[in-house]
Parts: sequence; C-alpha cells; structure tokens
Amino acid sequence: MPHSVTPDSTPQGESQASSVTMKAETQDIDMADAPDPAVEEKTKVNLEDLFDDEDSDGEFASSAPQVKSEEESSQPQPIPKNIASKSAYSDPEVMRAFYQRLFPFRYLFQWLNHSPSPTNDFAHREFAFTLPNDAYLRYQSFPTADLLRKQCIQMLPSRFEIGPVYSTNPRDRKTLRKASAFRPLTKELVFDIDMTDYDDIRTCCTGASICHKCWAFITMAIKVVDVALREDFGFKHILWVYSGRRGAHAWVCDKRAREMDDPKRRAIAGYLELLKGGDQGGKKVNVRRPLHPHLDRSLNILKEHFQTTILYEQDPWSEEKASHLLQLLPDQTLKAALQKKWESSPGRASASKWSDIDSVAKSGSLSKSTKDLLEAKQDIVLEYTYPRLDAEVSKKLNHLLKSPFVVHPGTGRVCVPIDTRTVEEFDPLAVPTVTQLLQQIDEWKGEEEEGKKIPDWEKTELKPYVEFFRTFVNGLLKDEKSGIKREREDGDAMEF
Amino acid sequence: MALRTEYSRVDPKRRANLDYKKRQFANPEFKQQEYAHRLNFYVLPPTAEITLEEFETWAINRLKVLSEIEACSFRNKSPEETAEYMKSIVDKYLPLRSNSSRSQSLQDERKRDHYSHFILRLAFSATEDLRRRYSRLETALFKLRFKDDDLLERRDFVNTLNLEWEEVGADEKREFGAELAAASGMKKGEDQDWFKVDWERVPELVEQRRVLLKRGKAYVPQREQMSLVVAEFTKRLDEALELTARARPRLDEDERLEPILAHLSQSFTAPDAAYSSSDAAIDGLSTPTAASIDTLSKHFPLCMQSLHSNLRANSHLKHFGRLQYTLFLKGIGLSLDECILFWRRSFKLMTDDKFNKEYKYNVRHSYGDVGGDANRRGRGYTPYSCQKLLTEPLPGPGQQHGCPYRTFTQDNLLSLLQKGGINDRDILKSVKEDVQKQRYHVACNRVFEASHKREIKKVKDDGSWSAADLDTIVHPNTYFKRSWLLKHLGEGNVGIANGGEKMEE
Repeated sequence: MPHSVTPDSTPQGESQASSVTMKAETQDIDMADAPDPAVEEKTKVNLEDLFDDEDSDGEFASSAPQVKSEEESSQPQPIPKNIASKSAYSDPEVMRAFYQRLFPFRYLFQWLNHSPSPTNDFAHREFAFTLPNDAYLRYQSFPTADLLRKQCIQMLPSRFEIGPVYSTNPRDRKTLRKASAFRPLTKELVFDIDMTDYDDIRTCCTGASICHKCWAFITMAIKVVDVALREDFGFKHILWVYSGRRGAHAWVCDKRAREMDDPKRRAIAGYLELLKGGDQGGKKVNVRRPLHPHLDRSLNILKEHFQTTILYEQDPWSEEKASHLLQLLPDQTLKAALQKKWESSPGRASASKWSDIDSVAKSGSLSKSTKDLLEAKQDIVLEYTYPRLDAEVSKKLNHLLKSPFVVHPGTGRVCVPIDTRTVEEFDPLAVPTVTQLLQQIDEWKGEEEEGKKIPDWEKTELKPYVEFFRTFVNGLLKDEKSGIKREREDGDAMEF
Repeated sequence: MALRTEYSRVDPKRRANLDYKKRQFANPEFKQQEYAHRLNFYVLPPTAEITLEEFETWAINRLKVLSEIEACSFRNKSPEETAEYMKSIVDKYLPLRSNSSRSQSLQDERKRDHYSHFILRLAFSATEDLRRRYSRLETALFKLRFKDDDLLERRDFVNTLNLEWEEVGADEKREFGAELAAASGMKKGEDQDWFKVDWERVPELVEQRRVLLKRGKAYVPQREQMSLVVAEFTKRLDEALELTARARPRLDEDERLEPILAHLSQSFTAPDAAYSSSDAAIDGLSTPTAASIDTLSKHFPLCMQSLHSNLRANSHLKHFGRLQYTLFLKGIGLSLDECILFWRRSFKLMTDDKFNKEYKYNVRHSYGDVGGDANRRGRGYTPYSCQKLLTEPLPGPGQQHGCPYRTFTQDNLLSLLQKGGINDRDILKSVKEDVQKQRYHVACNRVFEASHKREIKKVKDDGSWSAADLDTIVHPNTYFKRSWLLKHLGEGNVGIANGGEKMEE
C-alpha cells in the first residue's frame, strides 16, 4: 500500500491532518540534522511534502530542510528507473494543495463544456473518482468547474476519470422512471497506448518501468495514429496526454468524433489496429498487398525508427531470441542458411542479422521470390513498430479515461499534454511530479503586481503544459462556435 | 403502427366521401401496395387485411429461412457456401422471383415477403438482444438477395433509394489513382468508378481498411456499392425496430396476435442462450472446488485447457482470458467463493491487496454478485458459446483467449494437440484441413471423438445414449459435461445427462 505510512483514513479531518504535520515537523528536523543514509528516503520526501504545502509560501523558502529536499528530488534518476516504487504522492495534504493551487479546473471545464457558459455538455458529464481508500465512485457530475474543484478538495481523489455526456444528469439516474432514459450520448474518441502491450518485444525494461529507449515505442505510436486521425478521418482537435507512467492517451475532441456511436468507434479502432493473434498465433501481421495507403504511410514513418529504436536500442534478436526472427521469414532455404550463419557467430547484433537476411538471400539461398522476402521484411518492421492500441478503450462510447492533469498515484507525475509537433523531445522521466511542483511554488521569486494575482501554476514547470492546453481548448472553442453558427446558416456543417 | 405515414394513405380527395358525422367511425382505407422491385427496404408497413392463419404461416416460413441463415454463420460457412445452401431453402419457404421471370405470383410472393418481415419485426422488437439478432439476420437475407438480383433491376432499385453519394471526378481519380487502387486491392489498369461519401456511412469498409480515406471522406469503389446499400438497410431497420419496440406495448391488448407473436419469438431462442443452469449439475460429479480444477482440466476443451496451462505457466491471464475462463468455470458449477479462491491461488505472484483491488471485482461481476441491476438479476454473464468465441475479435499480443483452432498457427495447434495425446496422423491431418476451411468447431468435435472413441462406441453399442446426446458440440461447457460423463461411465451415472439436449437448442 503506497499510503500505509500516512493517516489517509480521515482525509477530511482537518485537525488530525495538522497534528500529523506537527509530528512530521519534529521528525523532519531530526532527519535533517542527522545525515544518516539509513533513513528511509521515501518517508523523508513524504514528510517534507507535508511540510511545505501546509502553510504560507515564503516561510520555508530558505530553510534547511527545503534545500535538503531539493537535493533529494534532483538526484539523478537511475535509468531504467522503476517508478512504480512506493511513494506518498497521493498523500492527502499533497493532493489538497495540488487541487487547490495547481489543477487547471478552468480550462478543463472549458474543454469539456465547449462554450464559456455552463451547458449540459459539462453538467451531464460523468466523472469517476478514485478515493484515497481506493474506493471507486462513479456517476459524479458537476454544474460548474467550481463545484468540481470543491469536491476534489473535499474528497481528495488520488485520480479521477472522465466518462461520456449522458442524456440526463448522472446523479439523477436512479430517480428516472425508465432506465432507458439514462444513456450515454457523446464522448471524445479516446485511445490508450500502454507499454505492457509491447512486453514481448521490448528488451530494456519489463512491467511498470520505462526508460527513454522504450518510450520510443510510444513516440512512434503517437506519430502514426495522429497523422491517420488527421489526414484520413479529418479530425483536427486531438489532444495527446502522458498517462503518468508508461503510456499515452489521445482525446479526439471534434464534434464529429464526439457524436460517434459504438460501431463507428469500432470501425476506427479496426482501421488503426493491425497486429492480430495471441502469443501462439505466429506471425501477427497479415495484410494484403498492395498495402493500404494508411499502412504504406505508417511504414514510411516507422522505417527509420526501426533502424534506431529496434535494431540498435532494443536489439531484439540477440542470441537464441533470433529464432523468433527466423519464424517470421517465409523461406525455408533462407532460414536454414541464416541459422547456420548465426550459430557460428554468437553475439552477433540484431542490426547485422537484419542485414544478413538480404546478403544471404543475394548469395543464392532464396527459394522464393525477392518480392515475397521484401513483403515479409515489411511485415516484420510493422510487427515491431506499429502502434499497439488497447482497442477496447476506443470502441466503447461509455468507457472512462483518466483526466488530463491528474497525478499518477504511483509516480507522482502529472498527466501533462504532449505536443505532437515536438513529440520526439517529450521526456516522460522529466515530467514534473506533484511534489516538485508544490515546491516550485514556494521557491518562486517573481513579483506579483498590485491587484493582479498570478495563478500558482504559472510559477511552476506546469506552466508550458497548461498554456498548451489553454491554446488547444481555445482552438476547439473557436471551431465549436463557428460550427454552431454555420449550422444555423445552412444545414451543412461538414467542413467545420 | 408508429411507422404509418401519409404516403400510404389514399389521396384524401379520392377517398370515398363519407358523411362527416360518420367519418370517425369509418374504417381507414389504404392504397394497395404495388411491389415494383424484388428487393424491399420495408419502409412502409403493410396495410391490407390478412387472415390469422396467413399471419402465422408466413411468419413461420420466414423464421425458418432466418434460422437457417443463422446456422450458416454459426458453422462459419463462407458467403458462397451459404448462398448455395440457402438457395433451396429460400425457394421453398420464401420464394422471390425477379421481374423478368414474369411469374403470375410475383406480387403475391412480394406481399408475403413484405408482410412476414413486418410480423417478425413485431415479434422481435421486444428486447435489445432480439432486435440486434433480427437486424443481423434480416441484413444477411437482404445481402443474399441483393447479390443474386438481376443487374438491371438492382440498379433500378438502388436508384429509387435516393442515397446521396457523390461521384468521384476524373481529376481526383487521376490525383489519387495509385492510392485508390491500393486501398481497394485492385489490380493495375483496371478502370473503376468511385463514390465519395462521409466515412461514417461505410463503417464496415473502414474497419477492414478497404476504402481510401481522405479528410473524413471515404472513396468507395463501385463494386462495394452493396456495402453502402446494406449499411443503409441496416441503419433504417435498426431505427424502425427501435420505433416498433416503443409502439409495441399497445399491442398487448390484442388477444389474437399476442400469443402468436410470443410463440414466434420463443421459437427463436438464441444459441447465445444455449447454456442453461441445469448443465452445471452433472450426475455423479461432486461440486467442483478450487482444488479440483487441475484434475478436472483433462476434460476441458482445448480453448479452456490452453487457458489453464497458460495460467499455470505464467501465474497470470489477461482480462479476456480471465473472463472466458471464469465464465466457463461458473458453467461447470464452481461457486463464486471457490472461483475467487481459485484465481487467488493461481495468481500466486501477487499480493492479496492487489488481487482484491484489481481482480476480485471482475470475478464477482461475472457471477452477478456486483454490478448494475440487470447484471445482478441475470446472475452475471452466461458462459461463452463456441459461436461467441469464434466471432470475437482475435486476441492481441499477450492475450490468450478465444478458440485455439482459430487463433493458433497450424504448427502451434498441432503441437498443442500432440501434447494433449492426439497422435493419430489421420486425425491431425483432418484437423488441419478443417482449420484451413475455417471449420473450427468441426475440428474440435473431431478431436473430442478421437479422444473418447472407446466410450462413444460403448454408449452407441449398448444404446444408452441417443443420437441427440452425441450431437455436435457447440458449447465448451457441453464439451466438458459430455467428456466427464463418458469417462465416468458405469459409475452410477449411465443415465445420460438430463439436460443434454437443452444445450443444443
């Protein structure tokens, strides 16, 4: 249990929380005085967090524990780092400060509401809270952003998810006379890409941990899916969000996407899905030729990644793992020749093995046509690089997905938006954690103008992310507005 | 009926002029419908009178056709095989000739087709499940007819539908030439006409990547026109069924029709519901426990055996694998508590806390212990039938669920079978052929027969099991039950399972 150290059972008990903080204070000073390496690191971070978000900003800015904690958090993070390790990121006080001072409720509201004044798009939208005791609270809804904020501060959910807009207010669903009067109407088309689906081909890490090498899988996936959604389906407002640990989510917010029913969502998921077959199914890519333009384009994007990410960084066919590569080749003669060659030179790198295929084939060990071999090689490239979507998430209108900007309870990282124009530069391990952010508020040195308060998120590393989100939301609102206008003018609102 | 529209009414000016005082008592008169085309989108409801007997027989005949179509899809027949198989059945029960046949009974046939469609629409509008099935089967029937319709007549029919689609001009054809060809899998040099429609109108083609997409528009080749028409048919039928369902309660008062309709929808029981709870009770089999699953697993069909051995090897299964296996275990009579215990022990690398938080709920949900009202009342989901397993999307990387005959490569499948003790060359060869023809359930039944050869011979010889008891297996739980009974013959349970036939219904 991540929060077994902290008294999370009574998050609302104001008095108890402060008494805990008192205790923390004394302990903390002890620790700062005694630089004992044996002191449990996680407890320390945790207590200091309690500490700095408790009171006024300036008080601890220059105090000794503060400096100390900075060193702590800026310690070089070992790579690959298991960021699933126990932490106290969902500590009640940390979460309270986060929701009070950092979470961009205003823009979240505008994003879901599609208009400046409250509409049913927001009021009938389902939110689901994961409470500190891990209870899962569904069918929450809020008329305004302020009320959502208020409940977050009161309940301190470790995260919350966003569901569809329903035909009636989700809170009233049990008062309806007919159950069928309560049904989901619209929701953004969502995608979930998770590293677990890559476990059979990634060699650098397993399970919950990630490193820069395997993040490249997600980068590739984002590129391929994003361009397909824009060029093929004509969607414009696509928000990519880091999921906080080892994956990414996409929210397609165009009106046309929001209004799709399940069969249409299934159609898009099917269009984008390529890899079929379980672990025993052998070859996972079976496509007809000529390649569909979407696959052809994807292959062109993925080719260069295959060279660097797969062959050099992942090195997937070292030693006996090469048998998998052989399995994917259609030509028996070629297979035998390659096997012989590789057995005689153990430790041969995957990149060399990949080029061996062509050289051995050229030297005569090819019983099938070169076209067959080329196609098999294309299939292999796709199998190792093509996005692996968790398709179920996209197929259902009423599927819930974690909201952007919430904190991942395991890593403490904020689920920030990813700018697709600079997707290559996005570094999941550099995404600020909630504790870092809270500390940055305290350390902020700028001057506040008279009568004009600067929001706390502007004082932190969260600033660029919130600003990106704001721009995104403004673009959506603008289209939404002109879309309504045009719909009024003439019935044809196709090209919004 | 809610579908009644003004079009079907006689022009008011032409209606026999009644005294306005009597008008409210007069019977409405409708124009007799003419059927110009063989195909019908069933937009207008029938308005003429028919006898009760006609009402029933026409409906039953159509039902026969529909259930045969369903049987074909269930046996994984290819479209060509289905068309061939259905020909004689359709000719017998629901003949529908083209205009060129100049048959005398042309109008009569079309009337029957029209009326029976609407009668069944009434009968199958009651529940979401029935509506979905009805729409699926009617669509299949429409497709079948569309395909073998006379080309000219078909074009006329399509023209009457007023489907809005834009033709792709020569400029665009030139611009996207290569892409268009690649998207539709056409050979080079072949000339084709294309339609441009919003992609939402052809979700099926999009899903299979058989059209070119550009900024939300799908470029549909002429020959995929069927898919457009069929999609339109399904869309309109679905909407109409929804309306029918809403209007349906008003019919409750009609004492003549209601029993017939109820009877019709009952005789249309879904194979999805082929599992009945009495199947869990097997004579002589003591209630299974978490600990006895390992022993019992030798009676499991390949799909479940493979899940079981994967679970044992990895101490984990992914979501759909868990779901499939949990429901199966529920089906053999494992209680909820034992089932939770089974999973808890099987996931041995996991803490109690994680298990309770992330996995227990799903098991309870499958048993209907938690979840929405409908789920609890229905006591969770029913165990998956072979049809369900065979029509689900294929498993993705790392997933294990589904039917191994379908999801495994041939080599992996054969080695799995050999591991399970099937070593007879001929059998393996036949299995391979079955699988190539996508007759997965035939392969599975073949394996069952091979591994229970001696026992089956015995019960056949002494006549203790009837032919119905040895009918084709179409449900993993039937497989288990039959296997267990056969292997425990003469242990006081010779009496064949009382519910044996129930499952095949």
